[in-house]
Amino acid sequence: MAAPKFDVPKLTGFIDVPSVKEGASAHIKSFPASDVIQEGIGFPGPLPEGWHDKAIAKMGDLLGRYRSLQVFMDACVHCGACTDKCHYFIGTADPKNMPVARQELMRSVYRRHFTFAGKYFPSLVGAKDLTEELLQDWYSYYYQCSECRRCSVYCPYGIDTADVTMAGREILDTVGIGQKYTNEIIGKMHKIGNNLGLPGPALADTLEGLEEDIFDATGVPVKLPLDAKGAEIMLVTPSADFFAEPHVESLIGYAKVFHAAGISWTLSSKASEAGNFGLFIGSYDNMRRGAMRIRDAALDLGVKRIVVGECGHAWRVAYSFWNTLTGVGHGGEDPFARQLQQQLDPKYPAPQHICEFTYDLIQQGKLKFDKSLNDHRTITFHDSCNVARGSRMSDMPGGQFVIPREIIKAVANNFHDMQAETIHEGTFCCGGGGGLLTDDLMELRVKGALPRMEAFNNVVKAKQVNFLALICAICKSQFSKVIPYYGFGMSMVGGVHQLVATAILLEVPEETEQESEAEESEA
Amino acid sequence: MGVTFEAPKNNCNKPSLLIELLQGMYMSLLTVLFACLFYAATAILVGGLILKIRTYARTPAPLKIPTTPAPTTKTGVVLRMTREVTLFESLFKSNKWIWLFGYLFHISLLLVTLRHLRYFTEPVWAPIEMIQPFGMYAGFAMVAGLGGLWARRFLVDRVRYISTPSDHLMLILLIAIGLTGLGMKFVAHTDIVAVKAFMLGLMVFDLQPLPADPVLLVHLTLVALLLTIFPISKLLHAPGIFFSPTRNQTDDPRDRRHISPWAAKLESSAQSRSDA
Repeated sequence: MAAPKFDVPKLTGFIDVPSVKEGASAHIKSFPASDVIQEGIGFPGPLPEGWHDKAIAKMGDLLGRYRSLQVFMDACVHCGACTDKCHYFIGTADPKNMPVARQELMRSVYRRHFTFAGKYFPSLVGAKDLTEELLQDWYSYYYQCSECRRCSVYCPYGIDTADVTMAGREILDTVGIGQKYTNEIIGKMHKIGNNLGLPGPALADTLEGLEEDIFDATGVPVKLPLDAKGAEIMLVTPSADFFAEPHVESLIGYAKVFHAAGISWTLSSKASEAGNFGLFIGSYDNMRRGAMRIRDAALDLGVKRIVVGECGHAWRVAYSFWNTLTGVGHGGEDPFARQLQQQLDPKYPAPQHICEFTYDLIQQGKLKFDKSLNDHRTITFHDSCNVARGSRMSDMPGGQFVIPREIIKAVANNFHDMQAETIHEGTFCCGGGGGLLTDDLMELRVKGALPRMEAFNNVVKAKQVNFLALICAICKSQFSKVIPYYGFGMSMVGGVHQLVATAILLEVPEETEQESEAEESEA
Repeated sequence: MGVTFEAPKNNCNKPSLLIELLQGMYMSLLTVLFACLFYAATAILVGGLILKIRTYARTPAPLKIPTTPAPTTKTGVVLRMTREVTLFESLFKSNKWIWLFGYLFHISLLLVTLRHLRYFTEPVWAPIEMIQPFGMYAGFAMVAGLGGLWARRFLVDRVRYISTPSDHLMLILLIAIGLTGLGMKFVAHTDIVAVKAFMLGLMVFDLQPLPADPVLLVHLTLVALLLTIFPISKLLHAPGIFFSPTRNQTDDPRDRRHISPWAAKLESSAQSRSDA
């Protein structure tokens, strides 16, 4: 690892709230999107003529379309409850990373143009004109927010900075200021079907290779079918699961679960991406286009259920928005939504999380595990922000906290939670969510991971934890990259279904039984 | 504790005619001025709030964004909102100091406001009679809570950074209202019977003379100012919270389709399968 060009925070054992250091992260800016990238997803090049009025008009448009934005712009009283809640503030000490100050970048312009007090007494209420300089501040700090919603838990009015950030990014995109990383990926999702730009044949190759690997390791012919028409279940998973480490270990886990349950399933080359970066830039249109691909694939393949793999924001989009965006579920009026409603199993008209699916099978006693196979691991679980605060699992509020932990406890003997204020709804973001998982933001990613790393370090020390279990592709990539900065090994990071894959007992066909037993004893 | 109400006496003790005339003019000018002030402030408050609430109610919430874990039923949402506005649940989770000062201020303000209802009702309702002693001391608690909140704006560097002049002025305004009120109760009594007559008269458009007590006039002016700025300031957090989607939405997106009118239009204008 090359030496970082910034100071990596020291772990102290406590999550300290730093003193304000103005401008401490002002220099952190992700690469802007080129004109080509912008135009590819329906936005202009940088600062077109009349950009100021266009930006204000867009703000007015959003205020009229999103009650959240309208209420959030008015309701804040600057009480300060959110000021110490953002991991980027804790990591950088830059006051503009305090949620209220991040909102204030937009609120000051809102006041100036949309309120009486701001029009006539601007300096009294902190109203500001939208200058090019302020717009650059927007770009810096709206791309230093991972839209994790932690602040919204603690705000007395439920003001959600993620919503403000999304609106900020949408206004920026409207005047041609986009972020290269996010907008390039959205383009790839529309064109090719996944964030990595992995075409169908390459995907088929990868899956075949994985089948061979699993067979070699276990002697069990576990399949990873692609575009299998008439399968019971379509699995939509983040494309990182197809090739990135440790993501692929979870994909193997899903495949083994399907195999053990004896349920036919398939992946889709058309819907080869659960992620939907349209969410990150607040673009309803782009988010809807992404979701439509999945509906189309489900119709093409004639599947009865849709299951979503380990991906945080994808699960939020699937759980909270698919029904709204595409009518997957109930009440969609157009012919294709109706066709899909008839096609899907009435018991599962809405998408399920892979953890819900696996947990159900465990409850029914359909999966067998040897927990001791995970005995070399002492595990803790990181709640992913979008799952924790933007969705649910099962019928019970808070099921998203219970189910992954119950799965871990069913497949492993050693589990310890991190300190209470850093888990469940109070979980700290990994530091790489919301479109920030790019190398040009490495300093921010390392610093933003600080509170999570403190809590992790504490269980490493106190409980000898050596495995950080995750259910999000972004968390997996982020921690793999960032955890070495804090002195931990990359191999400590992995997925919940990776643990399932380790412990699950599959029925070995007779002719290969001896061979695999020999291998197991070697391992 | 109840103050028996007597109609203001008609003071005709025959002082010199000129003085009486001047006094009368002065009294009526002041009375008319404050009557107008309160009519205007009330109109702005009510009209402004209606406009704002209408905006909030009419603006669609196109996506389901409750901060989870969230209630899965309407009843659950009502309970969550009730806890939020009566106990400040989220704030309690967030910061015990802000909660303490904020809660002290709001609950005291509620008591003080209820206590003041006795100046607007005749006969005074029994529950309002009952809370009079609490309401009286709540005045001190209110000022103490505000003092705590104001201190944070100086002492905590993060809160200092985000404070605007209007944040300070708002606290000064509320503290001044509290102190002038307390001053009339505990230091220099005002002719409260006449004040009540003025208020009762205001409500039926029958102007009664307002005592020319400077402390009272400052108190009333500041209250009118508070009513006036309510719909154009951060005091909108009061109606705002009821419309906050992260708090007032049910967590049921898998069971019910949630779609806003503008999003539904996208569907009906669609041509192909993917845009259907």
